[in-house]
Order: sequence, then structure tokens, then C-alpha cells
Amino acid sequence: MSVSTPETRPAPEGPRAPMANVPARRVGGGLLDPKMLWKSTPDALRKLDPRGMLKNPVMLVVEAGSALTTYSAIIHSSAFAWVISAWLWLTVIFANLAEAVAEGRGKAQAETLRRTKRETVARRLANWTPDSTVLNETEVPGTVLAVGDHVVVEAGQVIPGDGDVVEGVASVDESAITGESAPVIRESGGDRSAVTGGTKVLSDRIIVRITAKPGETFIDRMIALVEGAARQKTPNEVALNILLASLTLIFVLAVVTLQPMAYYSGSPQSLVILIALLVALIPTTIGALLSAIGIAGMDRLVQRNVLAMSGRAVEAAGDVNTLLLDKTGTITIGNRQATEFMPVDGVSEAELADAAQLSSLADYTPEGRSIVVLAKQKFGLREREEGVLPGAEFIEFTAQTRMSGVDTRDGRQVRKGASSAVRAWVRDSGGTLPPELGQTVDGISAAGGTPLVVAERAPGQPARALGVIHLKDIVKEGIRERFAELRAMGIRTVMITGDNPLTARAIAAESGVDDFLAEATPEDKMALIKQEQEGGKLVAMTGDGTNDAPALAQADVGVAMNTGTSAAKEAGNMVDLDSNPTKLIEIVEIGKQLLITRGALTTFSITNDVAKYFAMLPAMFAGVFPGLQTLNILHLHSPASAITSAIVFNALIIIALIPLALRGVRYRPSSAASMLRRNLWIYGAGGLVIPFIFIKLLDLIIMNIPGFN
Amino acid sequence: MSSSLAGFLQLGLLVVALAACYKPLGDYIARIFTSEKHLRAEKALYKTMGVEADADQRWGTYARSLLAFSLISVLFLYLIQRIQEWLPYSNGMANVSPVTAFNTAASFVTNTNWQNYSGESTMGYVTQMAGLAVQNFASAAVGIAIVVAMIRGFTRTKTDRLGNFWVDLTRVTIRLLLPMSVIGAIILTATGVVDNFSLTHTISTLAHTPQSIVGGPVASQEVIKEMGNNGGGFYNANSAHPFENPSPFSNWFEIFLILVIPFALPRAFGKLVNDNRQGYVLVAVMASLWLISVAGISYFEWQHAGPALQSAGAAMEGKEVRFGIPGSSLFAGSTTATSTGAVNSFHDSFTAFGGGIVLFNMMLGEVVPGGVGAGLYGLLMLSMLTVFVGGLMVGRTPEYLGKKIRPPEMKYAALYILATPACALTGAALSLGFKAPRSVIFNPGPHGLTEVIYAYTSMANNNGSAFAGLGTAATWYQVTGGIVMLLGRFAPEIFVLALGGSLARQQAVPASAGTLETHKPLFAGMLVGVIIILVGLTYFPALALGPFAEGLH
Repeated sequence: MSVSTPETRPAPEGPRAPMANVPARRVGGGLLDPKMLWKSTPDALRKLDPRGMLKNPVMLVVEAGSALTTYSAIIHSSAFAWVISAWLWLTVIFANLAEAVAEGRGKAQAETLRRTKRETVARRLANWTPDSTVLNETEVPGTVLAVGDHVVVEAGQVIPGDGDVVEGVASVDESAITGESAPVIRESGGDRSAVTGGTKVLSDRIIVRITAKPGETFIDRMIALVEGAARQKTPNEVALNILLASLTLIFVLAVVTLQPMAYYSGSPQSLVILIALLVALIPTTIGALLSAIGIAGMDRLVQRNVLAMSGRAVEAAGDVNTLLLDKTGTITIGNRQATEFMPVDGVSEAELADAAQLSSLADYTPEGRSIVVLAKQKFGLREREEGVLPGAEFIEFTAQTRMSGVDTRDGRQVRKGASSAVRAWVRDSGGTLPPELGQTVDGISAAGGTPLVVAERAPGQPARALGVIHLKDIVKEGIRERFAELRAMGIRTVMITGDNPLTARAIAAESGVDDFLAEATPEDKMALIKQEQEGGKLVAMTGDGTNDAPALAQADVGVAMNTGTSAAKEAGNMVDLDSNPTKLIEIVEIGKQLLITRGALTTFSITNDVAKYFAMLPAMFAGVFPGLQTLNILHLHSPASAITSAIVFNALIIIALIPLALRGVRYRPSSAASMLRRNLWIYGAGGLVIPFIFIKLLDLIIMNIPGFN
Repeated sequence: MSSSLAGFLQLGLLVVALAACYKPLGDYIARIFTSEKHLRAEKALYKTMGVEADADQRWGTYARSLLAFSLISVLFLYLIQRIQEWLPYSNGMANVSPVTAFNTAASFVTNTNWQNYSGESTMGYVTQMAGLAVQNFASAAVGIAIVVAMIRGFTRTKTDRLGNFWVDLTRVTIRLLLPMSVIGAIILTATGVVDNFSLTHTISTLAHTPQSIVGGPVASQEVIKEMGNNGGGFYNANSAHPFENPSPFSNWFEIFLILVIPFALPRAFGKLVNDNRQGYVLVAVMASLWLISVAGISYFEWQHAGPALQSAGAAMEGKEVRFGIPGSSLFAGSTTATSTGAVNSFHDSFTAFGGGIVLFNMMLGEVVPGGVGAGLYGLLMLSMLTVFVGGLMVGRTPEYLGKKIRPPEMKYAALYILATPACALTGAALSLGFKAPRSVIFNPGPHGLTEVIYAYTSMANNNGSAFAGLGTAATWYQVTGGIVMLLGRFAPEIFVLALGGSLARQQAVPASAGTLETHKPLFAGMLVGVIIILVGLTYFPALALGPFAEGLH
């Protein structure tokens, strides 16, 4: 029996898909492997310990009820009493099973992580300073390292602890934590200096200053997180638990006070029946699945390579009002790209493209590569390897000259670069600049693009400008729709960029972002966050640099990129191992889905009561008041079969809903109103109707069992 | 004019009259609490009481003021009953016995007005006027003060102050209840309700039997009895007595008085939170459940099983001929859907299901529209629960009017919904469980069970109407009833204030497209579902053994 159809996993994204991955997107989660149920059974039985049940008042009541019915069955043995007490025990076990299965998935991940955390030997350097020439090296176990120690790591060795690279550059295999096999570069200084213990240096040699105590490293925290050891109830979970506990109390009261009324009415009920009624009425479905829902929510993040440092952060993600998104990498693909060649009068576009490509061969910046590629796409110009032009001298792009180019053997010089730099070069080389060049350059700037001027100088002639390359930020495909969805969800997006306001406005308009902060400094960012929070809004942002750290700490949801500095990772409350800033949007959705799942199952659990009343009350009292048989609208066979059916349904629905609890209810970004309507129909109306159907079906089976007819 | 047509006309006219009062009265009530100025009379009062009128209180202080005021009221009311014999205008009434005096004091201070005595043969005129009628004003004013303090929790941010109890109490009394009572009393007198100090005189009836006719200051007390949702009659027969309720028009007017403030309060709420649509949703929920209950009662009372009822044309037993089925059903539905508890017919004589609905109205927690103030704060509490479950389903930490429902808020809301059923069910179960209280149940079987459940539901919800058929004068019922009434009133009120305090401390969250809309029909529907399933279903077993067992053959 299942109230939901299994859903296939979303198609795997390509490795580090740069696109926003929009169409038919749905927050999915892991599926339940039936084998997991079986494997988790011992854990579920272990959880029957009442001390552990204290944190779940609903199931504690069921467990106490199970014990009482069993006692009653022993004293006054009957098939009915034994069947009811067996199913009450099963109800508790199913609830524990839900939690055990959810935890089990984390345990498997923790196991994988532990394997990477094997004993390492650290080569500690005593009294290392940046300019020490003599290295005083001792080999110690990784576990004795203290914060501030320096260690040297060479190719093939495992980094013994979390730290910052203080000398050297190396390629590092971080697949142990990110699952990504492509190596990453880690170098001293700047925003790519953080290394994680347990990852492996593939090439070169680095000196690392340890920044975390053994046992408190990133991997340790990750293990604790996925295992759920550090799991604390989130505020919303606590609030829901209070509601469930009070409902339980109300029903305990209703059932306890029922007995004197029943006694007065001449129909006192047996303990077994009263407990069965109580268990049927208290919100066991949500009570059983609540903890699994929370664990599974964290798990869904882990599956997306996001580590949330607390469940509170995940919930906050669902509440976010404002998303601060870095332009680069989130809204636009990493770098600007050449989109157009705009020649001056008297020069053909192909001629310009050829010169542009030539001059960009030695420009290894992504912008330079995009020029080479555009020339190839537009005019079929083959990329010429540096060696193909014999004797040519390449001038690399540097930040100082802001130009790159080539001097061929025949004396031709081609240059390409920032407008002011190339124009100066032309003038210095005796050339003149056509007036339309300036217009084109200004036009591109005004549109938010970056103009690059291309010029050449034939031997013995003055230099001349050939035209302009239009470099443009490329807005990610589908991001506009994504922002529209976020708007529908009531979330405002703000683009953060270092660009000038003109450029920023152009990109903001193209991407459909709600607002932008141009020429943003870390202080501006911080001020914006505080201003939003002043108005009661929750803010989420991503960041990687050390100067992002204060803002990450201030934001309600701060997602640090794993490539970032340790300061940034410490400050944020989540770390994205893939370092993909677009993921912030997914995190918000996972947060929402977590809450929706709780709400939906609570609604379902409460509305179920109506059917259970109709099944059980006539069964209990139709003997003394035959008129109450009218309430037996399902025409259940006998009192025993009716009560048993309700209890069996109550237990089985838990098992049936475990997959839903783990996966989360279906979530599509939409307005609150349409989401509420949809979920009310499915889980509210569904919760009213479904138990009627299944209790009837169960009754049709149970009525055939001897002793129940 | 046929009786049912008359019924529709009465109801239609009532709905029109209430709708006409919704805006002006609601806006006026809101202005009472937003106005900066103190009236001269108020200033004088504050000076006498030693109240610093512009100093707002924290929720705890507000609650302590409420409890102190109520304690003094209980003691004063107890005292005046115990010494009435020596007071002027005692009309020959002896001092009230200690248990009855306690029960009555608790009853009138808690706005319940459960009466274990027969008014005209127990209470002197001073007790009626200076004791009971004063509490009719005060307990109604307290209800409105509490709900306004709670609303301030929504409208204020980052403060721990909820207003000043003494100021709120004074303003409601002077600016709302007193002027309306004066107008109402004049209209009632015009319809024939008596208002005098004439002592009992005995007349000889047509059959030459002597009959005692008791006059008294009735109209002045009758108006606040209805308008303040108190319900304690001057006479034992309550609004069935011709001196309290002489004609179909006075009957209609009294029903109007019962409903006018509770139905206008949502408007005041909307006005205070600066979103009238919030008020419309609540009033729609209140009105629809009230109409359904009135329709249900009328339907079942028209069913006439048994030859006596058939020859009477309907279930006329226990109903006044001058009101008939429509006037009685409308009154019964309104007096139990508000926490009034005045009666113009004998609820014990209603059909099983008619009586069941009257009972169910109270079981809903007196929220549709409920007592003055108490109905609105009850409905706001249930709205909080609805928002919590609904808010989760839209994927946000639930928030109502910009205030988040976090564990502290949930704790108070949960305690609130727990308090009343706990009082009602425990009281009823204990009474059925012990032999002595069981021995004064005068009807056998399910009907007797309903009588006990009705009594405790009525007391716990501060309704005060009685199903009768139960010897409530027994010490057991007097004492436990008094306790149930006090707990059923003050425990929820403390939780309401605590919640208000918790809300006021919060920063408000701006609404967005992702916020659950609480001004839409969808929310109203969900709120109705919560009221019926979450609150009403608690009592389903009790209802099954009472009205259902009696009504289903």
C-alpha cells in the first residue's frame, strides 16, 4: 500500500553543469531501498528503550499502551487482545524503523568518510617562518597536531589536518569530501589557500598551517552531521512537537474520561479497546515520521554536496526573503565572452576576427580563449598553435600592459587589449584613430559590455586600429525563469557585483534579477544584509573570500564555497562542496520542502481521525445503544474486526509513508496560495478519505480470521 | 404568516442588523483603544484607583492586574451575598449559603453566569444591582481588554508592553458598555421589560390561587446580561420570563444584543491590525458556523416524533408559545454559540440532536462568535494553530500577521486548547464516576449523561446555560463547578496574554508571495476544519454516548 507513486531521481546533472538546470526541475531525494528496511530492523528494536522514546511523546504513549495491552492480554488472554497488542508494538517498531532507515543512510555516508580519515603521518616543521631556509622536520602522528603547527606535504601524501597553505602551490585531490575527481589548485595567499585534512596532494609541495584541532576538523564535523549525532531539534520541530504533545494529551484526556461515561452508560470498555482508541486518535503518523523527515532533509542537502552545520540553518533557508547572489558564477557564467567583432570603416569583419584571434593566442585568460573560439565559430578560422607561426614572438597578456599580441617574423605586430592601452599603443606607433572607434567603444560600455580594441602595425607603416571586440557577460541560460519562480515564491533576488552601476544595470535587466548592488565592497554587502534584517527579512548569501566572512556570519543562511578560505567556511552555516553558487536556490527549496513535508503529514495525521472515530465508536458502543450502528457507515463486520482494522491501518500507514518522509513531498516553486490549495487537497482531503477506504479493505480481510467474526 | 416564514424573516432581519453594525461598531471599538485622550470621567477614575494611565504593562503585570481585579471581585460578590439580608432593598431575602455564594461569585466574575439559585427567591435587589449586574459589566469588559492586549501583540514590535489593564477595562466600560446599555435598556423597557424597585406582591389568579409577582431593576440588568454575554437571569426562568422577555420583538432584540459585539469585534481586530480583510475572514467563519448551528437546531426541533409533539406541530415542550420554534432555536443557537447562556426555552427538552447541537456549540470553545472578547481571542488562538499547520504546508516557518509561531507561541496556543477540554471532561467524568453526584442525575440513560456533560461544558466554556435535569445545587456541583469556571476562564486568559507578550517582542516579518494568506476563503475553510476536527472531535466520544445514543434508534 502506498499513497504515493515512486518518483525517479532527477536526471543526473552533467559534471559541474554551468547552466541553471531549469526545465522540469524538482527537488528530489534519495529513494528508499527496501533492503534498508530489513537492515535497520535491529536498530529499530534497539530504539524501543523507553529512555530513548522520551523525546517523542506521541510514540512514548503508544509504547506504554503496547505494554499495557500486552499485560492485559496475558491476564485475560484472547485472540483480539493479542492481535491488538502485537499491532501496537508494530506501530512503535515502524516508527523506530522510519528513524533508523533515515539514520542508516547517513551512517553509510559516514562510513565512507571514515575510511578517508585513516591515520596519517604528519611531517611537522618546528619553528617554521616564511623565510626559514633550514627545515627542522619531525614525523608525528596526525592526531597530535595543534593549531598553529606547520606541516609540509608533498605529492602523493595525505594532508594531515585542516589548514591554510602558507607556502607553495599544489594540485589536490579532494574527491574524499566532494566526490569530484578533478583535482583543484591550492596555493598560498588569496582565496584558494584552504586545504582539508584527508585530501591528497597530487603534485608539488606545500607547507600548511594547521587551523583545526584533531577531532574538530571538517571531516569530523561532516561525519557527525551525516550520522545525525549532533542533531538537535530545530525550532520548528520543537513547535510541532509541542502541538503533537498537546493533541496527545487532549486525546488521553478524552479516552480516560470516556470510561466513566461508558460505565454510566452500562458499557464499560476493556483496557485493550480504550488503548486501541487512544492510539488510533493521537497523531501517530506524524509522530512516527517527524524525526525521519528532519534527518532526511539534512540528507537531501548532503546528497547535493551541501553541508549544513545545523538543522536550524536548513529551516531558515526555507524562510529566506532575500537572496544575495554574486553575479559571477551565479547569474553569469564565470567569465565574459566575446560575442561580436565590430570593425572600423575599411576593415572587413573577417580581417578583424583573424587579427583578434592572432593576438589572443597568447592570452590564456577565459576572455582571450573566448575570442579565439568566436573567430573559429564565425569565420572558421583555425586556432593556430603557438608553434605554427614559426619565429613569431608572442606577447602575453599582463595586468600591467593590459594587452596581448604577437610579433610575426615578417615584422607585423598585432595587439589586442583594453581600449585605452591599445589606443595609446596606436598613437605611440604613429597611427591615428578613426572617430567611429571611440563611438563603438562608448556604445559597448554603455550597454554594460567590455570593449577590447584590436590594432596592427605592418612593417614600416604607422599602426592602425582594426576594430573592437565586444566582450559581454553571458547570463546563464534559464536563470531568468529561475528568478521568476523565486519571485512567485516571494523571494527577492539581489545581484552583487563589483561592476560599475551601468554594467550592473544592464546585466540585472537581462537576467531579470530584482535588484542589484554595484561596485559592491564587503562593507556594502554587510550593510545591505543588516538593512534587510532590520525590516524583519531573512537573508541568504554565498561567499568564498575571507572578506566575505563577516557578511556570511551576519546572513541568516550563509553558504561558503568549499574552494573558499577557512575563514569563510567557519563563518557560514553551510558549506557547498561543489562550490556552485547557484545551489543557494536549491538549498532554499530543500528548506521549504522539509517544512512542507512536516505540515502535509501533520494534516494527514489529524484528518485521519475522522474515519477512525467512525470505525471505532460504533464498534465500542453499538452493543448497548444499537442506534449507534448508524454511525458504522463503513458497515464493518464486527466490533473486533473494526477496531483491529483501524489499528492495523494506523500501523501500516507509517510504513507506507516512510518513502514520502525520506523523499519529501513533491515540491514545485509556486505561490503560497497555490501550494496550500494543492497540499490541502492531497493531504487534507486525502487524509479524510484514504483511511475510510483502507479500513474497509482491511476489515474485509480480517473478518475472515477466526475469532474476529 | 406561517411559523417558518416568521423564522426566516427574524433570521434575515437579524443578519441585516448585525451586518449594518459591523463596520460602525467595530471601528468605534478600535477607536476606543487607539485614542490618545482620556475622558474626564476616566481621569477621575484613574486618580481614585491610583493608575498611571499612560504606563503600559508587561504581559505578566497585565495578567496580575487581571487576577487581582478578579479576586477582589469574587471576594466582594461573595461578601455581598453573605450579608444581603442586612442590606437595603433585600426584599426579604436571607443571606445566601456559603457554597452557593462561592459558586455564584465565581460564576459571575468569570462571565459564566451559571445559576444554582432561583433569582427572584434568592437575591435581594442590592445583590442583583451592585453585585451581579456590576460583574456583568466588568467580566464583559475584561474579555474585551484581554483580546485587545493580545491584538497588541500583533501590532506592536520589539516591546514587552501590552497596554494597561486598568485603562482598557475602564475604557470598555465607560465608552462602550455603559452607553450601549443605556440605549438598550430604554428599548427593552419600551418592549415591556420591567424596571422598578417594587417589592414582591401577591395577587390572586383567575383560578383563585395566590401568585407572587416580583418586580425589580430588570431591564437595566437584562441589557448587559445579553450584550455582555453573561446570561444570568434576574428571574429563574431567565429570558423565558415575561418580565425579562415579554414579546417576539424583545426576543429578537435580545438575540441582537447577544450577537452585536462579538460579531463586530473582528472588524475592530481588522482595524487594529490595519487589514480589514483579516476581520472579514474571521467574521465569515463565525457567521457560517453560527448559521449552520441555528439551521440545525431549527431543523431538528421541527422534527416531531411522538404523538404529543405531533399534535403540538413541533417539539414544543419546554418552549414558550410566544416565541415558537424559530424564536427558540435562534435564541438557543445564539446563546450557546456566544458564551451567553441566557435561555428562553428549556434546552433539556430539545430533541436529542437539537440539544446536541446546542452542546456542540459550546464544545467548539465558544468561538463562533463566542463571548465578548473571549470569542475573538479563542478564534485567534485557533487561527494560530491553523496558520501553523497551513504555514508549514507552504514551506515557511508559520507566521500570522507577520509574527512567527515559534516554540514559545506554540506552547501557549497548545496550553490554551488543552485547558478548556481538560476542565470540561474531567469535571464530567468525575461527576459520573462518583456515586453522590451521579445520584442527582434526574434522567436515566444517555439523556442523563448529556445533562452532566452539558453542565461541565457550559461551565468550563463560561457559557452558563444549563441543560437542567441535574441537581446542581448539590455541594459537589457547586464546588467543582466553581473551580471549573475559574480555571476555564483564567487559565486560557493567562495563556492568551502570555502569547500576546511573546508576539509583541517579535520583529514583524514582511509579507510576500510566499506568505500564507490569512485573508482568503481558503484560510477560512481551513479554520473551519480546524475548529471542527481539532476542537470538536475531542468531544466526539462524549457526544456519541449522549445525544447520538439518544437520537439514533
